[in-house]
Amino acid sequence: MSTSSLFVTLAVLIAVAYVLGRGRSMALADHSQRGFRNLNSLPFYYGMLTALWCGIPSLLLVALWLMLDGNAIDQLLIAQLPGEVAALSHAELGLVLNNIKNLALGNMVGANPEPYMVEAASTLTALQRSSQMAMTVAAISVAMVLSIIAWLRINPQQKARLQVETAFKVILLACASLAILTTIGIVFSVIFESLQFFKTVPVSDFLFGLQWSPQMAIRADQVGSSGAFGVIPLFVGTLLISLIAMIVAVPAGLMSAIYLSEYASSRVRSMVKPALEVLAGIPTVVYGFFAALTVAPFVRDSGVWAFEFLGLPMQISSESALAAGLVMGIMIIPFVSSLSDDVITAVPQSMRDGSLGLGATKSETIKQVVIPAALPGIVGGILLAVSRAIGETMIVVMAAGLAANLTANPLDTVTTVTVQIVTLLVGDQEFDSPKTLSAFALGLVLFVVTLALNYVALHVVRKYREQYE
Amino acid sequence: MTELNAVAQATIAQAVETPAAAAASSASYETVGQPFLDSGAKMSMRDVDVFYGDKQAIFNVGLDIGQNEVLAMIGPSGCGKSTFLRCLNRMNDTIDICRVTGQLQLEGQNIYDPKLDVVPLRARVGMVFQKPNPFPKSIYDNVAYGPRIHGLVSRRAELDEVVETSLRKASLWEEVKDRLHAPGTGLSGGQQQRLCIARTIAVSPEVILMDEPCSALDPIATAKIEELIAELSENFTIAIVTHSMQQAARVSHRTAYFHLGKLIEVNDTEKVFTNPDHELTEAYITGRFG
Repeated sequence: MSTSSLFVTLAVLIAVAYVLGRGRSMALADHSQRGFRNLNSLPFYYGMLTALWCGIPSLLLVALWLMLDGNAIDQLLIAQLPGEVAALSHAELGLVLNNIKNLALGNMVGANPEPYMVEAASTLTALQRSSQMAMTVAAISVAMVLSIIAWLRINPQQKARLQVETAFKVILLACASLAILTTIGIVFSVIFESLQFFKTVPVSDFLFGLQWSPQMAIRADQVGSSGAFGVIPLFVGTLLISLIAMIVAVPAGLMSAIYLSEYASSRVRSMVKPALEVLAGIPTVVYGFFAALTVAPFVRDSGVWAFEFLGLPMQISSESALAAGLVMGIMIIPFVSSLSDDVITAVPQSMRDGSLGLGATKSETIKQVVIPAALPGIVGGILLAVSRAIGETMIVVMAAGLAANLTANPLDTVTTVTVQIVTLLVGDQEFDSPKTLSAFALGLVLFVVTLALNYVALHVVRKYREQYE
Repeated sequence: MTELNAVAQATIAQAVETPAAAAASSASYETVGQPFLDSGAKMSMRDVDVFYGDKQAIFNVGLDIGQNEVLAMIGPSGCGKSTFLRCLNRMNDTIDICRVTGQLQLEGQNIYDPKLDVVPLRARVGMVFQKPNPFPKSIYDNVAYGPRIHGLVSRRAELDEVVETSLRKASLWEEVKDRLHAPGTGLSGGQQQRLCIARTIAVSPEVILMDEPCSALDPIATAKIEELIAELSENFTIAIVTHSMQQAARVSHRTAYFHLGKLIEVNDTEKVFTNPDHELTEAYITGRFG
């Protein structure tokens, strides 16, 4: 039976187990009065308990089997191969195995496969078939046996509700730990690769170097490509673009939040707020088009015009930090405005009444009472927007270029950490050269920086959150 | 804002659903007692109607508040006394759906004149709210807020003086003089309410409106505020909404009884609590409903 039909079968079994478990508890119930008074839990819980016993262990078994059976079959296959083939190096053995697998699937593997390969291919097919069969039998029998046991154990005294709730608590915990475990996994994979990188390039060169040109000689006879891995130009570029973005986003976002929460009528608010949030839903690659095709040429043309007008002999590139920063600023306006709007709305009306009751005008009330009371939340929102700006890639790739210039001139082309990570890893790359490994080191530094920012943001929000209460 | 509207509407709904509403909502009625003063009226209101959307919350209320008088407004929940109080310095302007008609005058000046600037009005008619609402600033800055926004002082020393005088008048000075720069939100509830009173006094208003100023306070803090009200009435005109009839009896000179948006009776406090003219007033003060 194929894996997908096995899942369907198990689903049917689970449903049947639920119905039967529920039915048995109802049958055992005392119906002399209304309801089911002698049952410890409602019939639903007995049904759920039976279904859980049917489903969870068998599904876990299937998952484990699918994870391990590929390796086990490989080992069995290698044991069958002729001695001289089994003695090959790890990489070459992998190639041979691949050939055998292709042969088993009926794909072309070359002119005439060697006889041991043909034989191994048929063994492989047989092994796979029996593994599949064994899995089906095991899973279905586990499901049936356990649900029958659970079904037989149903009695009115059984604390089914508590057991089901405990099981669900564990399931919820497992889901919650998924995100945490993934984060830990990401961190570790980045850290290990970064350590590899730091074996070839010293940490101090990496963190404080002023030159970024990650070209390594692939062949020994290649000329002049020793590579320079100074991260400073990338961080300066990132900061420059983020700064421009924040200069656009913070005033625009904050003021639109103030307008929406304090001045707008509910009709305007109900139209403008969703419209602003649509901005957050636009894929960043679309912003990238906009930046590269509309804003960047506009910036260049107006720059050229301005310099001509002033008679300055300045160059202006068609890709600029300014274009990328402007568009990125537009992109993060909804982050700032939406979060600020929420915290401003959360300031109690009694604060505003107190100020208005003293004869303060609306703007005095907003400037001197509402904004200071909402400030922690606003700062938190802004910091989250900064993390977002630092992590943004697509717009920068398209509008700011790839040249790692160490410059503070917003009209120059710059590049950012995330963009370099992308360019380092795209295409065919050696995974043991410092060039590719440096991407992980960049990722690590970026991760640390955004983590620190998020931590500060959360801390600020938490520390001052309830100040006005 | 919307929250406030919802509260207002709920209040109205409650008022309309009460069984007694049908009986009391006949088109015309007369306020018994002495709602009007022959002379010395600080504020005078005539034919005031207040609507929240389509619902009418106040029906044809006429009332005078005398110079340096303490006027108490009592009545069951949802009877419109807070709504009426909030009309007196146009705090109801902050509620979109609220509409006020009639004549409301402060020393002969129409306070609902469309050309009138509401800012100086609220500086002349200050308000203290039910729940203490100090700003999340220092005690000093809370009191200095009004004088600063109204430009009442030009030098730091003058501001210090206003802050001290106001805190003294609110009998809070002795308790906070050593920690003027600590946050106002760190004070106890009773101290916070006196801080809010000091904040109001600092603007030197002529009338102070108090909306159940003691309902969130314990008896000791309440006693202090009541003592304070007596002292303040030497300099200010005070209108106070309260749910405590003992409080009304203790602090006020005249008492107004509201019932379902109508002003039923206004008389000297002593008369209201000993020998009221209207049977509804009597029923309320003797605890038969409310």
